Amino acid sequence: MDNQTLSIACTINDRAIRATIPVRQSLVDFLREGVGLTGSHVGCAHGVCGACHVVVDGVVVRGCLILAVQADGAEISTIEHAATTSIGAALQAAFFERAALQCGFCTSGMILQAAELLAQNPEPSRDEIRAALSGNLCRCTGYHAIVDAVQMASARLSDIAP
Amino acid sequence: MKPAPFRYERPATLEAVLALLDAHGAQAEILAGGQSLMPMLALRVARPDLVIDINRIAGLGDITAIPDGGVRIGARARHAEVMASPLVPALMRSALAHVAHPAIRNRGTLGGSLALADPAAEMPCCMVALGARIVTLSSRGETHHDAASFFHGLYSTARRPDEMILRIEIPPLGPQWRFAFLEEARRLGDYAIAGVALAMGAGEVRLAFCGVEPAPRCLPATEALILAGADPLPGLVELAPMDSDDAPEAYRRHLAGVLLKRALREVGHG
Ligand SMILES: Cc1cc2nc3c(=O)[nH]c(=O)nc-3n(C[C@H](O)[C@H](O)[C@H](O)COP(=O)(O)OP(=O)(O)OC[C@H]3O[C@@H](n4cnc5c(N)ncnc54)[C@H](O)[C@@H]3O)c2cc1C
Ligand code: FES
Ligand code: FES
Repeated sequence: MDNQTLSIACTINDRAIRATIPVRQSLVDFLREGVGLTGSHVGCAHGVCGACHVVVDGVVVRGCLILAVQADGAEISTIEHAATTSIGAALQAAFFERAALQCGFCTSGMILQAAELLAQNPEPSRDEIRAALSGNLCRCTGYHAIVDAVQMASARLSDIAP
Repeated sequence: MKPAPFRYERPATLEAVLALLDAHGAQAEILAGGQSLMPMLALRVARPDLVIDINRIAGLGDITAIPDGGVRIGARARHAEVMASPLVPALMRSALAHVAHPAIRNRGTLGGSLALADPAAEMPCCMVALGARIVTLSSRGETHHDAASFFHGLYSTARRPDEMILRIEIPPLGPQWRFAFLEEARRLGDYAIAGVALAMGAGEVRLAFCGVEPAPRCLPATEALILAGADPLPGLVELAPMDSDDAPEAYRRHLAGVLLKRALREVGHG
């Protein structure tokens, strides 16, 4: 029982990946240690901080609250892939310009969660942005600049949308 | 890896889940959304021998209209799916906005929330206020529980170790029903310090609190006062609130009264 392992096959950032992994490994640990994608961070490892966010089959999830074996057959995308989407790229630029990060530990989780918000609600109010990011903790920047950056990205994306 | 070692199974059928529960019951944990079980594993407050992942069972999260009225919600329906469903009573949708955060609602399930029975969780008290029926399944067959008698206390329910929650049935509540869900929490998405779910129909009222007592239940004395058009607050002596350093008994009782008054105002009563 100690070391049960399983083989999985999934797609990570458009790359087909196969691996044999311990069943008790979390998805975020697998991505960081097994695949070398270190953009998703581990702040608490029990669901409180949101630094570990990844996208699994189109929805944002806590990477520490899903087992890697549960991602068998799934399509995963991480912050390393965010720049390939217009929303992700706009958010990255806005976070940089608006200085919405200091140490950057929370940033990958913030951007993926904000991207899901803008995909569902292209022009959110400040309150809606705060509600969407309520599960993402930042310990240094403060939230005003982060909300500003999401609004900036939203405004730019609506300008270019038809 | 933070969890203690466990064996992992992901059966594709309900029959296979029931066989595993028969063989391992109390030593097994069902893994639904994982949004409570995974933290418990990481903190090692849960140390099951076996984890039974029910995410591969087709149809277990379906939300469907019951032909003669009402709605049937599969145990594995995710919070986000329930929130987005037009079939579900407005009470659940407004309460779910208070349940955790978007990424957690993308995974967490209704069945998981009811099985866990956290005293401060929003869904159990909504089930009581809606008069829902919680259907469990074991190799012995289905058991139907009224929500009002399903929650026994802190993290304790009528579910036996060889049973899983299969689905939830919400009775038809016509357009004359009005709902209000209100809660007080430290921050949006935190568990409630106190919350109230209120459902009011023609000549009928049901209310239940979360975060106040160890488990949600019907409050007949308070409901009778509301129906009589009297001040409901004296009825709340029937509450025996929990007590903790951050939210003493008297404070929870106070919040229960304030929230109930606001909820009644919201449904246009008083
Ligand atoms: C940061 C954070 C904040 C949260 N805030 C809130 C909040 O404000 N309000 C709230 O209500 N919840 C909150 N939650 C919990 C969340 O709603 C959970 O999703 C929910 O309580 C459990 O559902 P799950 O599907 O994730 O269950 P799991 O974590 O998979 O399981 C929980 C328990 O239920 C059992 N179980 C699951 N499904 C079944 C079934 N079908 N039959 C029998 N047993 C089953 C499991 O064996 C386990 O013991 C929060 C979670 C986190 C991490
Ligand atoms: S590391 Fe996953 S929520 Fe903190
Ligand atoms: S930038 Fe440091 S935690 Fe947010």
